[in-house]
Amino acid sequence: MSTAEHAETNRRDFLYIATGAVGAVGAALAVWPFINQMNPDASVLALASVEVDLAPIAEGQEITIKWRGNPVFIRHRLPVEIEAAKAVQMGELKDPLARNANLPESDPATDVNRVVGGKEQFLVMMGVCTHLGCVPIANEGDFAVVEGSAKHGGWFCPCHGSHYDTAGRIRKGPAPQNLAVPAYAYLSDSKIRIG
Amino acid sequence: MSGHASNYQPKSAFANWFHERLPIMDMVQGQALDFPTPKNLNYFWTFGGILAVMLLVQIITGVVLVMHYTPHVDMAFQSVEGIMRDVNSGWLLRYMHANGASMFFIAVYIHMFRGMYYGSYKAPREVLWMIGVLIYLVMMATAFMGYVLPWGQMSFWGAKVITNLFSAIPWVGDSITTLLWGGYSVDNPTLNRFFSLHYLLPFVLAGLVVLHIWALHVVGNNNPTGVSVKSSQDTLPFHPYYTMKDAFAIVVFFMFFAFWIFFAPNYLGHAINYQEANPLVTPAHIVPEWYYLPFYAILRAVPDKLGGVIAMFGSILILFALPWLDTSKVRSGNYRPLFKGFFWIFAIVCVALGYLGSKPAEGLYVVFSRILTVYYFAHFLVILPLLGLIETPKPLPSSISDDVLAKKRPATAAVPAE
Repeated sequence: MSTAEHAETNRRDFLYIATGAVGAVGAALAVWPFINQMNPDASVLALASVEVDLAPIAEGQEITIKWRGNPVFIRHRLPVEIEAAKAVQMGELKDPLARNANLPESDPATDVNRVVGGKEQFLVMMGVCTHLGCVPIANEGDFAVVEGSAKHGGWFCPCHGSHYDTAGRIRKGPAPQNLAVPAYAYLSDSKIRIG
Repeated sequence: MSGHASNYQPKSAFANWFHERLPIMDMVQGQALDFPTPKNLNYFWTFGGILAVMLLVQIITGVVLVMHYTPHVDMAFQSVEGIMRDVNSGWLLRYMHANGASMFFIAVYIHMFRGMYYGSYKAPREVLWMIGVLIYLVMMATAFMGYVLPWGQMSFWGAKVITNLFSAIPWVGDSITTLLWGGYSVDNPTLNRFFSLHYLLPFVLAGLVVLHIWALHVVGNNNPTGVSVKSSQDTLPFHPYYTMKDAFAIVVFFMFFAFWIFFAPNYLGHAINYQEANPLVTPAHIVPEWYYLPFYAILRAVPDKLGGVIAMFGSILILFALPWLDTSKVRSGNYRPLFKGFFWIFAIVCVALGYLGSKPAEGLYVVFSRILTVYYFAHFLVILPLLGLIETPKPLPSSISDDVLAKKRPATAAVPAE
C-alpha cells in the first residue's frame, strides 16, 4: 500500500475521530462525579452559620468560637489597640487589602475596613494563619501594644513565625495575607451572625 | 521480562502441562533463581530486599490494625488507645507499624544514597531510577496519611499544614484545599478519605515495585565498580548467593527494627500525638516526622509562601532529572576523586537540613537553612554538571572479575591456603 492511497480523508477516518471524541467526552463526564464527591457535602454546608452574643466579652478579652471547623477570634479591643492600628501607615503593610468578606475585594486594609464602622472595638476574624493554617496566639508577637509587663492585642503564629498587628494584619513573617474577616452581620446591638 | 533467557526444563508431565499454559516457573527460575548478578555487590545492595520485606511488614500489620481501628473523628483516637490497651498484642502490632514506617524510610534513604554514590541512575538505568523516585513520592504520601489516622494533635496539625501547602497555588489553591478536606478545615471527611487512600496506596506501591524490579531485570544490577557486566565471569546466580546474603541482611535489619519496637517505641514519634486532636489550639512546636525534616527546612527557608512550596516540591522532583544533570560518564564514586568529596558534603547537608527542620524557624536556624537550601540545589544544578567536565576519573578496572581478583591477590599471598 502506498501513502498516496491514504492521503485522502474518507468516511472511515471521520468515524474513527468522531467515535474517539465521543468516547473521550464520555470518559471525562464519568470522571467528574468521582472528583466532585470530594467537595463539601450537604451536611457540612448546612453548618454554615453561627450566632454569637458579644455582651459578655469584657474589654481586652478575646473569645474563640468554632465556625465551619475553624476557630474565629472575637476580640473586644482596648482603645490603645485601636489607636495603634489606626496609626499604621498603609505603606507599612505587607498586604494592602482589607480581606474583609463584607466589603469589596479592592478595599484597603485600614483599621476601619477590618471591623464594622461604629463597632470598632469588636474585631471578628478567622483564627487561621494565612500561611499554612495554624492558630495564631493572641497578645504575642512584635506588634502587640506593650504596657509594662502586659501585652495587648497582636497575634503570633507559633508554626512558622508570622506576626499580626492589633487589626490582625500581617506585618512580618511568611504569611501572605491579613487574617480573613468572615462574612458577618449585627442582628442587634450586641449580637452577630457569622456566615 | 527480558535481559536473561531461562533454561527452565519442566521435570514432570504435570509441570510440562502447566508450563504450556502459564510459564510462571520459567519466570521464577530465570528472574529469581538463575538471574545473573554481579559478584562484587556489597551490603549496600541488600537494601532493595530489605525494602521489599518492610513493605510486606507494613501491609500485614496495617491490614490487622484496620480490624480494630475506627475512622471517625469522635472514635479514632479512642480506638487507637483501645489497640494499645485492650486488643491482644495490639501494642506490638501498632508499634511494629509505627516504627516500621521509620525503618522503611531509613532503608529507602540508604538505598537512594547508595544509588547516588555508585551512579546507579546513569544510562541505561534512568527509567529504573525514575520509578524509584516515584515510589519514594508515593511512600511519603502514604506515610503522611497514615500519621493522620490516630487523630492526635500532631496528626491534625500536620495534616492541616501539609494540605494548606496546596493553597499556595495561584487562583485555584483555595478550591483545591476545600476539595482535599471535603469541608472548610481538616475534619471527619478528611480523616475518612485519608484512611481510604492509606489502605490503597501500599498496593499501588507494590505495583510500582514490580515495575522497578522489571526495569532492574532488563538492564541488570549496577555494582561497586560501576563497570558493566562483560561476561559470565562477572556474575553469580541470584540464588543461593544473593538470596542468602539478602536474608542475612534482613535478619540483622530486623534486630535493629526490634530494638526500636521493644526499647524505644515512641522515640521517633511525638509525645503530643497522645493528646486528642483539637482544631482550636495549635501545639507550640509543629514538627513533621523525622523523614520529612530536610524538606520541611527547605519549605521554611524561603520567606515566601508560594516560593517555599515550590522549593520544597522542587527539592524532591529534581531527583527525576538527576540522570541528565550528572554529566560524568563514570558511574561509581570510587573512581571519581572530586565527586566523592562532594557526595559526602551533600549527605552531610541533607542531615544538617534535617536537624534545622526540627528547630524553630528563628534566628541563626533560618540563616543556616537558607545557606544549606541554596547548597542543596547547587549540588544538582551546578556541581554535578560541572564535575563531569572538569574531573579526571581514576582508571577503571577492565572488568568486575579483574577488580575482584586484584583485591583478593594480596590477601591470599599473606594468608596461605589451608
